[in-house]
Amino acid sequence: MDGIYLDNNATTQVDLEVVEEMLPFFTEQFGNPSSMHQFGNKVGFAIKKAREQVQSLLGAAHDSEIVFTSCGTESDSTAILSALKAYPKRKEIITTVIEHPAVLELCKHLEKEDYTIHYLKVDEKGRLDMEQYQKLLSPEVAIVSVMWANNETGSLFPVVEMAEMAHAAGVLFHTDAVQAVGKVPIDLKATKIDMLSLSGHKLHAPKGIGVLYLKRGTRFRPLLRGGHQERGRRAGTENAAAIVGLGVACELAAKHMAFEQSEVKAMRDRLQQGILDAVSHCFVTGDPSNRLPNTLNVAFEYIEGEAILMLLNKDGIAASSGSACTSGSLEPSHVMRAMGIPFTAAHGTVRFSLSRFNTPEEIEKVIQVVPGVVAKLRKLSPYWSENGPAVNCQTSFAPAYA
Amino acid sequence: MWDYSETVKDHFFNPRNAGEVASANATGDVGSISCGDALRLQLKVNPETEIIEDAGFQTFGCGSAIASSSALTEMIKGKTLDEALKVTNQDIADYLQGLPPEKMHCSVMGREALQAAIADYRGEVWKDDHEEGELICKCFAVDAVMIEDTIRANGLKTVEDVTNYTKAGGGCSSCHEGIEEILGKVLAERGETFDPEARAWPEPIASETIPAPTAGKLTNLQRIKKIEAVIEAVRPTLQADRGDIELIDVQGNQVMVHLVGACAGCQMAGLTLGGVQQQMMEALGEFIHVVPVAKKPAPVSISVRG
Ligand SMILES: Cc1ncc(COP(=O)(O)O)c(C=O)c1O
Repeated sequence: MDGIYLDNNATTQVDLEVVEEMLPFFTEQFGNPSSMHQFGNKVGFAIKKAREQVQSLLGAAHDSEIVFTSCGTESDSTAILSALKAYPKRKEIITTVIEHPAVLELCKHLEKEDYTIHYLKVDEKGRLDMEQYQKLLSPEVAIVSVMWANNETGSLFPVVEMAEMAHAAGVLFHTDAVQAVGKVPIDLKATKIDMLSLSGHKLHAPKGIGVLYLKRGTRFRPLLRGGHQERGRRAGTENAAAIVGLGVACELAAKHMAFEQSEVKAMRDRLQQGILDAVSHCFVTGDPSNRLPNTLNVAFEYIEGEAILMLLNKDGIAASSGSACTSGSLEPSHVMRAMGIPFTAAHGTVRFSLSRFNTPEEIEKVIQVVPGVVAKLRKLSPYWSENGPAVNCQTSFAPAYA
Repeated sequence: MWDYSETVKDHFFNPRNAGEVASANATGDVGSISCGDALRLQLKVNPETEIIEDAGFQTFGCGSAIASSSALTEMIKGKTLDEALKVTNQDIADYLQGLPPEKMHCSVMGREALQAAIADYRGEVWKDDHEEGELICKCFAVDAVMIEDTIRANGLKTVEDVTNYTKAGGGCSSCHEGIEEILGKVLAERGETFDPEARAWPEPIASETIPAPTAGKLTNLQRIKKIEAVIEAVRPTLQADRGDIELIDVQGNQVMVHLVGACAGCQMAGLTLGGVQQQMMEALGEFIHVVPVAKKPAPVSISVRG
């Protein structure tokens, strides 16, 4: 398919090498790894190899710390619910306001079951307040769950330090690293992180495969009980082909890590500069000095994100937006609101997320297209006149709001 | 991606009448900033004939907001103000060959801008009275505010009740957890608790086992007056959906009605009738069976304005 794909934080293209390695596990080696016959005898070894490939990318001390799950969401739920089960007297959770719904919605649900959830706030750049965090750590807290990198802005969080602080207070620490794994180097054995979630489809493996990293010795209660798969920590016949694919994807991610940190980052920086130079009244959201190398989130003021995406799509460019309209909810992105971005800008946020499959030529094309798209929509906007925001746009256009 | 019709896409990519109208004499500004939409509609109205000679829009909003604005201007140009006011949000959505349920509010905004602009022209003050909540039922585009208000106003207790009154939950049923949560919240306000196992009242009862009340509490005339009152009360809601209901006859506990317009062919006609039936039972304190009939007044019919 033609087109420029800059939506890699949503999901990625499966690397062809990954597909190659997976195929035999649909056709020849389709047996159950628990079976004794020839149709499955290679499957067990393949899963073992994949486990080691994941272990290596994460810098885990043991391959038995890798538990395969069905997705990032399952890993997040497993981690948090396990801590609550394992420490039934502890009724509090610490997390942040900018987590992915996989964590946030679960926490909101737990509130109804009488758990107390502390949501750490962020400042205008999306940074956490470590003092507030320190004060909340107590023996009442069952688990801290903080994302390694934010999916919308790419902002990185100091999870290594936060895990140290949690441990000093005797509290378990989980991180949703779905956006970080494969994009930034990780060495779990050198950290106090107890649990970590990752999802295959964010690093060129297929959808529907995830991992929960579980540090040896961490008290654990499974979400799914049944067969002895994953040493009884996650029952259900292994998704062998996807596990093999994830293993290969992890190996490739390690191989391309330097490229991600240099070339992909350079393309992202070029895109950012190109857009900021050509378009007025737009700004980068999040913390530009501390973010994933592949992510750029720009707020275009006075226009709306879905309209931007539709026009970009017409030119073959795929990105995503934090506007309310793209999700069908009434509120714009909770991440943008948490950083205090005004509504007229939050609705116009566009996330460009790159991968190693993008090229500098594609980036130049996007830089050429974006200014025209923004200009076309601003011409339609009641907040805009001629070359700038309508004079006193606050007073001259003050619609009757519901 | 939304499943937008070709007409929506056409009006988005090639908006008609975008921009300010130079000699406008009516302006309507409306919006809902939290959902990311704001619209300015400008009209040039001929003071002699009240015909809208030109219309233009400026919109801050998504694809369907821009398309709805564009469609609206096309629809009202050449109409008189009174004719234009007859354009409903459903008309705008129909003109666009439909909108996804999440996007119906875009067409509502168009209609409100029109009302606001006409009020401006006539020197009146227009007030937005509609409040929008989180969309709960995607099959029938019913939001949380609507569900809450209906529960409060009618003392509803079950998901089935809510479906009967609002249609919400009458389709795929995935929103039932959400409806139960709203019920729990509203019932708690009254100091009650939501009982998921409560059945909607009443259980279906064979009609012949219920004797048609004659003497006793209400006279026949009183009963019919109450039935008429219920019918009158539900008509505005149905009319908003471009439908109507007409009382044809009352025989014992059977109330014959005729459904008109959009309600008649609607797959939800049964639920609408369920809601009407429920209200009649509450008003009369007896079992009532509402029966839809074709409009063929029986000889003994009580004629009611149609
Ligand atoms: C930060 C984060 N956590 C969790 C998820 C959910 O992962 P999955 O789609 O594999 O359930 C995502 C992906 O959308 C994500 O970006």
